[in-house]
Amino acid sequence: MNREPSPRADVCIVGAGPAGGLMADRLAAAGHDVVVLEAGPRFDADRDDRERRMERAIRPGHGPDSVWDMGGDRDAYESTGDRYYPLNAARVKGVGGSTLHWQGMVMRLHERDFRLESATGVGADWPLDYDDLQSYYAGAEDELGVAGASDNPFAPPRDEPHPQPAFEPSYSDSLFAEACEALGVTTHSVPNARLSEGREDRSACVGYGTCQPVCPSGAKYDATVHVERAADAGVRVVDRAPVQRLEHDDSGEHVTAAVYATPSGEHHRQTAREFVLAAGGVENPRLLLLSESEQYPDGLANSSGLVGRYFTEHLFAGVGGTLEEPTRQNHVGFNTTESHQFYDQPADGSRGAIKLEFLNYAGPSPVEMALGGDDWGDEMLDRIRANYGTHIAVGALVEQRPREENRIRLHPERTDDHGNPVPEVVWSLSDYERRGIERANEIQRDILDELGADVEWTVGPENTGPAYHHMGTTRMGDDPAESVVDARLRTHDLSNLTIASSSVFPTGGAMNPTLTIAALALKAADHVDERL
Amino acid sequence: MELTRRDVLAALAASGAAAGAGIALSGEPGEGPVGEHEVDTLVAVGNVVYPGEVEGIEEFVRQYSIERVRGRPEYAEGVADAVAALDEYTRSWEDAEFAALETELADRTLSGFDVDVADPDPDGSDRERVRYYLVNELLYALFSTPTGGELAGIENPQGHPGGTTSYQRGPPE
Repeated sequence: MNREPSPRADVCIVGAGPAGGLMADRLAAAGHDVVVLEAGPRFDADRDDRERRMERAIRPGHGPDSVWDMGGDRDAYESTGDRYYPLNAARVKGVGGSTLHWQGMVMRLHERDFRLESATGVGADWPLDYDDLQSYYAGAEDELGVAGASDNPFAPPRDEPHPQPAFEPSYSDSLFAEACEALGVTTHSVPNARLSEGREDRSACVGYGTCQPVCPSGAKYDATVHVERAADAGVRVVDRAPVQRLEHDDSGEHVTAAVYATPSGEHHRQTAREFVLAAGGVENPRLLLLSESEQYPDGLANSSGLVGRYFTEHLFAGVGGTLEEPTRQNHVGFNTTESHQFYDQPADGSRGAIKLEFLNYAGPSPVEMALGGDDWGDEMLDRIRANYGTHIAVGALVEQRPREENRIRLHPERTDDHGNPVPEVVWSLSDYERRGIERANEIQRDILDELGADVEWTVGPENTGPAYHHMGTTRMGDDPAESVVDARLRTHDLSNLTIASSSVFPTGGAMNPTLTIAALALKAADHVDERL
Repeated sequence: MELTRRDVLAALAASGAAAGAGIALSGEPGEGPVGEHEVDTLVAVGNVVYPGEVEGIEEFVRQYSIERVRGRPEYAEGVADAVAALDEYTRSWEDAEFAALETELADRTLSGFDVDVADPDPDGSDRERVRYYLVNELLYALFSTPTGGELAGIENPQGHPGGTTSYQRGPPE
């Protein structure tokens, strides 16, 4: 393909994930000339290719990073904090971005999430309120085709139903419902970014059961939906074009070009009137830090010194075991019941938000057991029958307190395939998260005890891991000394540079971030459109 | 439990090798490294690794294996190479090719080669490639089909697009 820069572009977007795709789609519809530069490839979109990736996900013998071709010098990184961070398991580079391997859970943040510091003394307030985002949330749900119901008594206010009906509860949900009722725990449906009914040329879910990391049917939303729609509307999407740095004018107030590499080793300069960073919570700060100049020796848009700081995640907490009855797991790869009863953070600031998830995929699936054993024939089948079918588990996402010392920075020695310093992830936990995880484990254990489960495992503070939600590294705020972008997602330092990503979240709550990313992207598109 | 044409199509779909329900199952190997001998060897492996309750193994493995490698020369090379490795081992111990062995001896031979405890690896040692391209290949095919799923107690096994109703149902009475 032609990877020369466009001679005239209104907008240059870096990254073809959900934020970049939605902004490209909106800005193209508004009549602007848009170029999208994507570091990774444009994967084949046909079902056969997706099924082959699904096979790699299920069959042992392939590393998890290989499903979407991650790894190698292009994606090299270092993890140096107290907690190891498996970065390449946490992202996909390519058209569609990490939505190619995401789970597809899409909840709105709660009103308190936007005012956490005022309400609890922890973290920071956002420079906008839930009211400012509510209509954008509705727009994002429509764009993603969210299947959901208005049965969640803890959810923030909404004015319209979800665009698609919710998936019906699972059989195991009915077991949980009884136990939760006895304990006074209210359960409700899950908003899913997967189609419960066909829509335009996208299939309804057909139950492959491998949502994360591959949905062969395309029922699970991924950002190729918007990137390809944008391309049909005339947007140039240049794949395998990693941006090396951003250049600015002599005044230091405007970005003038994105310098990108091509597979043949050439470098090009894409000029534009407006620039958008939509490359996620790791590559956004990395690119700004790589764009140091005489005027900005600490990196672009970094007069606050906070680019890369406040790297924030969600922690997983879980308890699982078995019942003495069938639980019917692993028919589908998504969840249908949650509880947000324990979501809102206590006013004393002792712990963060907790979102409970009742799993539909607890325990190994039969095919995984068959492929991973050291037997075959009748012995294997006996083992599968003995071990499949009675597992049950409750998971949770737990909020992390944003801390300045958790950060993405440039590694001083290691470089990538273009000679640029690789991202170094410095990540650790605090007592705030530990208390949240412990509380989640208490609730989870109570529920399993009520069910009469034989509890076999716990993911607690010591063995928790990240949910692969990269937040906080170009945080949003009103004060240029305390933040990188303003409430219009524009950097304080450069007037034509917008960041659309979870990297702008000042706090992360415990809701999966993509719906909020999408809502912010739609908001940012409005602001960019106003300026053009 | 009888494996049917529907299961062959389901297994092919789970491996990205099916072009839809209308696909013709010729049962005849095409050009390339997977010929009659390789298919016969896969059938012999299937007779060992599939549970005794499974019927129709020969037809299922034959049709699946032939379509599976059509248009995938690299994968076909991997299968043929694993068959050659298994034959070499079998010849050195039994003075015969694997496909010629009785099922009981074939089982002992596979175990003797430590394929049962080998980690599947498409780029690994002989036994690891046999595990990947022959044993796990056929186990994946079986347990991503409705019939394989039913054997294990699940109507919609992972990898099979069996819809969104079975997860809602309770266990059979």
